[in-house]
Amino acid sequence: MKELTQPTLTIDGKTVLIEGERNLLELVRKAEIDLPTFCYHSELSVYGACRLCLVQVEGRGIMGACSTPPEPGLKILTTTQEIREIRRIAVELLLANHDQQCPTCARSANCQLQILAQRLGIRKVRFKPVHAPVPIDESSPSLVRDPNKCVLCGDCVRMCSEIQGIGAIDFAHRGHDVCVTPAFGKQLGDVECVNCGQCASVCPTGALTPKSEVDEVWSLLADPEQKVVVQVAPAVRVGLGECFGLKPGDITTGQIAGALRRLGFDQVYDTSFAADLTVIEEGTEFLKRKQEGRKLPMFTSCCPGWVKYAEQYFPDLLPNLSTCRSPQAMFGSLIKAMAPEQLKVDRKNVKVVAIMPCTAKKFEAQRPELGVDGDPDVDHVLTTQELAHMIQSAGLIFNSLETESFDMPYGFYTGAGVIFGNSGGVMEAVLRYAGEKLKGGKLDRIDFQEIRGESGMREASITVDNTELKLAVVHGLRNARVVAEQVRAGKCGYDLIEVMACPGGCIGGAGQPVSTNHNARALRTKGLYEADKMLQLHKSQDNVVVTECYAKFLGDIGGEKAHHLLHTSYQSRHRIVDEVLPLMQARGSRKNKVSVCLGTNCYLKGSQEVLKTLLYHVQATGLDNQIDVRAAFCMDECECGPNAIVDGEHIHDCLAANVIEILENHVENEDKREK
Amino acid sequence: MATAHLTVDRAEKFRIVCGILDRHGYRPSGLIPILQAIQREYQYLPEEVLTFVATSLDLPPARVFGVATFYAHFALEQKGKHVIRICDGTACHVKQSLPILNAIHGELGTSEKQKTSIDALFTVETVACLGACGLAPVVVVDEQVYGGMTPERAVALVNEIKMQEIAGDAQAAAAAVNGELHVH
Ligand code: SF4
Ligand code: SF4
Ligand code: FES
Repeated sequence: MKELTQPTLTIDGKTVLIEGERNLLELVRKAEIDLPTFCYHSELSVYGACRLCLVQVEGRGIMGACSTPPEPGLKILTTTQEIREIRRIAVELLLANHDQQCPTCARSANCQLQILAQRLGIRKVRFKPVHAPVPIDESSPSLVRDPNKCVLCGDCVRMCSEIQGIGAIDFAHRGHDVCVTPAFGKQLGDVECVNCGQCASVCPTGALTPKSEVDEVWSLLADPEQKVVVQVAPAVRVGLGECFGLKPGDITTGQIAGALRRLGFDQVYDTSFAADLTVIEEGTEFLKRKQEGRKLPMFTSCCPGWVKYAEQYFPDLLPNLSTCRSPQAMFGSLIKAMAPEQLKVDRKNVKVVAIMPCTAKKFEAQRPELGVDGDPDVDHVLTTQELAHMIQSAGLIFNSLETESFDMPYGFYTGAGVIFGNSGGVMEAVLRYAGEKLKGGKLDRIDFQEIRGESGMREASITVDNTELKLAVVHGLRNARVVAEQVRAGKCGYDLIEVMACPGGCIGGAGQPVSTNHNARALRTKGLYEADKMLQLHKSQDNVVVTECYAKFLGDIGGEKAHHLLHTSYQSRHRIVDEVLPLMQARGSRKNKVSVCLGTNCYLKGSQEVLKTLLYHVQATGLDNQIDVRAAFCMDECECGPNAIVDGEHIHDCLAANVIEILENHVENEDKREK
Repeated sequence: MATAHLTVDRAEKFRIVCGILDRHGYRPSGLIPILQAIQREYQYLPEEVLTFVATSLDLPPARVFGVATFYAHFALEQKGKHVIRICDGTACHVKQSLPILNAIHGELGTSEKQKTSIDALFTVETVACLGACGLAPVVVVDEQVYGGMTPERAVALVNEIKMQEIAGDAQAAAAAVNGELHVH
């Protein structure tokens, strides 16, 4: 009876301390009772719609635990006959309108709706479906949207807008027709979605799932003509085990190598090797920029979710992105370029499969610039979950597999490459390299504790040999937006900014097993730092295979060949494809065409005024019968906006006056031509 | 319905949209009044205009779409020249309003999903109750109320309007040939 001052309440007769919990749900869960929920996520705002978290509060009645703040003295019951019945009805109603193809669903056995139906002992659904089936959206390279399985919890909507700051999907329509959809009922592949998949990782059902490429990979493996090379990303080794009952963060590198060989991959390599290569290229690029004081701060570029985000929202900052390809892309490009020489096979007979914690990597692999003549450098990307499916489908008992090692040479890596998988890791790896280069000798430390941590926005300043480096590490794209806006406004003096789209970095990627362990991300991160510690080498510059690779194949660091194979370029990008607003339409066959961009960037630079003046002018001069005027939404040239196009002629940085002048020239020419 | 009219209209409307946004100071909180004002201009909310509104207010297009589809008051499709509303309130429903609706859909090639006919002459909608239950079943064409409807009479009515439109067009065409009507 010592803690008399500490506030308490009782849950199912048991006294529980109130220690700053935000709502009853957190307390109930602390009391080791797994109250069911669909619409509650500790990192997202409280929605309170699913009504599954109901509890009985003495003297007050039945209330939603997620939206009731704790008060001392409350007496709470978590299951009563009445609550049980309400829950049953809620779940039955959801099931009635759910496409119940459970055995063939990607989330089977991992679906909250299925689990709950089992927990509540539902054997029969008493209600009739009221929804006609709608088509499945497979337009995205990364995700599949099956609205027939949606329970309208809104988790995805809040994830995309609150954590990622995008809002690519939202509720639309009302009453009976409510659904979660991209704007205007378009497909996910046609809107501003950056493929991070975080929506899928919070979806309780199979309504949003990573797109599987397992079948394609099985076919490759069955083809004797093909040499199939596999690379495994760092974060996979601390996540895969969860699919086989291990704890988040348990390191399974050895079993993974063994499993991949048993599945039939010809060469089993590690993306951490390519991460080491990335450190060298990116570190060199950074030091050069720092020396020249140009294009700073430099943003990292290994996260494909962030890269697409930057292309859509910060085209003016693209020169600040490192030109380095991601480790996945470097690996693919290098292997395919070296294959004829090293593996003695033609490029067309080498296939690269990447095992990634990430859904956005599937999109990245399909970028046309990351391939040669239409042949992609990385042929298929499998998520951690998909690898687990392959292992299960082959009947391998993962936990009893003998541990093996990756193949040489590209299975050799240092700790710097491994920590690429968690937020702060890329920065630390680059510092371990750049620090030595700045100092011109060995650094006496390898750990940079000051940039580690869980916060979504961290900054640090590190001084090496009189050079001060100002650093920022962000994860979650909403945080990235905050920092990028500061950079845009010239309000921060950072030198290097690491951005990862997913909370916690790649270890929290949407390709990782869907976890109910609230601590999973911290544990996986810990796992990666442990993997780093267990290795003999911690700095990418100590990776002998990397050194040899430069000596025998790539030439100079940052040199021409390295640039060609390991770097890339970016381009501004539409958020919504194919959207134009016709404003004037020529009537006759004779016409000149003008379009003015009203995309965000041009809009901010005043394109609306340009368009207005142009419209007045065209009408005032009576040309409206022969000119098509339309507004476009992004011409993919944001850096030189406001943009306009007159009969195919691009006008950058345009003012109304010069658009009009050019237009009049075109009209005159047309007049002449007609005569 | 000369196209020139439409053309001038569009440019004018775009300026009006800019004016509406100006008036609301480009504040996201003004979204609903902005949409309302835009609908007043266009009679519906064109997708491209909504994209423009989203850009100017710095809101995701999906959010703007969500708001626009939440309120039954907003229309996302262009309405036909004539709006036919069939009452499906209890009284009308009991008096067989559904067969009337189906007959009209059949005649115009419209449906629950495709509410506006391809020639953009008609939009067919159902409404909950028009407050004219004494006349059930009720059909309203534009502002004109027709009581005690049957499927046959509804079809006849629709065809009559169609004939008038065709005759009107023929007249206008003849006039244009004679050089009487010049588009402005
Ligand atoms: S993948 Fe990411 S960006 Fe796309 S809808 Fe989901 S959360 Fe939003
Ligand atoms: S798609 Fe999934 S997360 Fe989104 S509302 Fe539907 S069930 Fe919830
Ligand atoms: S978790 Fe409380 S209502 Fe959904």
